[in-house]
Amino acid sequence: MDRIPILKLGECLLVTIQVDMHDELALSLQEDLTDQIARHASKGVLIDISSLEIVDSFIGRMLANIAAMSRVLDAQTVLTGMQPAVAITLVELGMSLPGIKTALNVERGMELLKAYIERDSELEEASGLEE
Amino acid sequence: MKSETFSIATASDVVRVRQVVRVWASELKFNIVDQTKLVTATSELARNTLQHGGGGVMKATVVENGLRKGIQLTFEDHGPGIQNIELAMRDGFTTANGMGLGLSGSKRLVNQFDIKSEAGRGTTVTITRWK
Repeated sequence: MDRIPILKLGECLLVTIQVDMHDELALSLQEDLTDQIARHASKGVLIDISSLEIVDSFIGRMLANIAAMSRVLDAQTVLTGMQPAVAITLVELGMSLPGIKTALNVERGMELLKAYIERDSELEEASGLEE
Repeated sequence: MKSETFSIATASDVVRVRQVVRVWASELKFNIVDQTKLVTATSELARNTLQHGGGGVMKATVVENGLRKGIQLTFEDHGPGIQNIELAMRDGFTTANGMGLGLSGSKRLVNQFDIKSEAGRGTTVTITRWK
């Protein structure tokens, strides 16, 4: 069966969706990603959708699920590269993807993730000192 | 006038019909936002046909109104039908595993939307998007 590749980059996982996904493929990506986050104790997930020509309510829900599941597993998710036409359509459809952090491109997305990871580790250190 | 019927029996057919609609819309020189809206509505309705209707067909037709051209899509299944259309058209109404945006959301993405359903006999949804 087809799988969308997940690349490990230090503390982060990187996914580039480059095919028109059918629903099962989207679901398997969701499972694979949560597995990998837990296995590598990843702190960040970057999903690049610059090649995606549509995001319908199913894919939108999958992206929201991934963000929610990673948060529970102590990882941050950033979605990058959404095409303007896709963004317009998604909002009109009624999905504004609340709670999902976005960036214009992969480079900015990685910067954003690094900033989150640094902030989180500082917060952990600070709370460690208080104890 | 160009008209063709496509079967919707598997998840891959959902991917195929949205690719067909993309090609037709781009041949009629729909702008990218209009293409994306129509393809996204196609995806929602084709998924409904498959999941709720147990499969069916999509009939695509190029329509004309004076100088205006458009694409009309009819999704037809012989599934259980919708008990309460008014309720099903509401944002957030969901029977399966979606976000409940399939019908209400796709209505917002097209110019004309018509739904007919009879319990036990199936559902027919017709949408039109004008250039």
